[in-house]
Amino acid sequence: MGLLTLFSKSSEIKLVRLPTGSYTLDKDGRIMTSTLPRSFPEEYLREIGRRMLTALHGARKAQIPLSEIVVHYAALKVQARDLRGGAMIFIMPAR
Amino acid sequence: MSARPKILLVDDDQDFLDLYREMLSQHLPSSPEVRTANAGARALALLESEPFDLMIVDLSMPKMDGLQVLSIARRKFPQLRLMVLTALREDQFRIRAYAMGVDQYWIKPDTDQEIGLLMESVESLLTREAQGGFRGVQSKSLVDIVQLECLAQSSCVLKVNNGVVEGRVWIQQGEVIDSEIPGLTGEAAFLRIVSWKAGSFEILPADPSRNRAIFTSYQGLLLNTAQAIDEAASFPVPETNPIDGKPKEISVTATLLAELSQVEHVEFVLALGGDKSEEFWGLENPKPLVEWTRATLASFRQLGERLQVGQLQQVLGSGPHRSVALAPCGEGELCVGFPPESSAEQLRETMKDILTKWAS
Repeated sequence: MGLLTLFSKSSEIKLVRLPTGSYTLDKDGRIMTSTLPRSFPEEYLREIGRRMLTALHGARKAQIPLSEIVVHYAALKVQARDLRGGAMIFIMPAR
Repeated sequence: MSARPKILLVDDDQDFLDLYREMLSQHLPSSPEVRTANAGARALALLESEPFDLMIVDLSMPKMDGLQVLSIARRKFPQLRLMVLTALREDQFRIRAYAMGVDQYWIKPDTDQEIGLLMESVESLLTREAQGGFRGVQSKSLVDIVQLECLAQSSCVLKVNNGVVEGRVWIQQGEVIDSEIPGLTGEAAFLRIVSWKAGSFEILPADPSRNRAIFTSYQGLLLNTAQAIDEAASFPVPETNPIDGKPKEISVTATLLAELSQVEHVEFVLALGGDKSEEFWGLENPKPLVEWTRATLASFRQLGERLQVGQLQQVLGSGPHRSVALAPCGEGELCVGFPPESSAEQLRETMKDILTKWAS
């Protein structure tokens, strides 16, 4: 049955791994600093950032100003802290 | 269901597909019909065109990876059983796959023994499906399941999930000995769990270390349950809307909101229905909050799908004047306000209680 190991594919096809780390965004959503690995697509970082900033700005408009938002998914936690209109974002996969 | 169960096997490696098609179709007692797809898009097209009982998916595939396929399949075909068969051993992928609702996660076997176990597992999934929908309470109610387990003098733990909260019922030698949901244990938790109208459950091995907290016989418990259901059914018929003649559900929601308002630290509650209706307590002008709640939950749901990280559970916010917690709840959504000094842990625990009450 060692033959079956042939069917274990090489790693040329990469699934996106969720990293642990943080990054900061300015108020326009530009990434300023990051501790996340380069393997994690930047477009994901921008999208997470954009949605977090929108949520923070929306809360302010809804008369509930928030300094922090934490989003819990079944397999991931994302936390954003307001930084004078920008944000510091922490990404924490479930262990 | 047809006499022969149907399996859809998805992997980009054609040799793998050929080998496993032969193994599954020829060596399983149920002699399943096995169809194959070498790409995610092809698999989804096949699912659209014919019914399957089980889909077995590899995760590493080009273009559309296995997590994407699972995410779409789970949403569009909720009754389909899903199994991951991959070479990826990292816990992260296992956690994400289970978060998406797969039934089993298998590493591609290397030995005869592992292949044997995999075959047994596939057969078990197919047989469970064939024996009458043990997937959830749509085809068998929880009362039926408890009764069957007790009559069979079984010892097991029933893990029940109504989509929002999880509960457990401990059965020891045909008697219900304890039950638990967040914030409730014993008989009260049991009555709450069996009142859930939809969800899924699984039967776990017995837990002999669990202390007995319910001393009513299972017949007594089920009788109490039946009485509670009868009493609920005998409530006055709700007032009807003079325009469309539909019953007004506002009174039920209003009662629930009043109950939630009694939960410690809760400052306001906003309940949004899937039909765009809204009910609130403790708010003077809910409109901006309604818009923000809907937009925020929709946005983070989309993000969750994009990142393939399973269901959105809660969004917690803290600010100088107030903390808020948002959560999807069945077809609807909830937004609950708390004092600003509430800790994240407090918010999360209180929201669990609130969601339990709401779901029940």
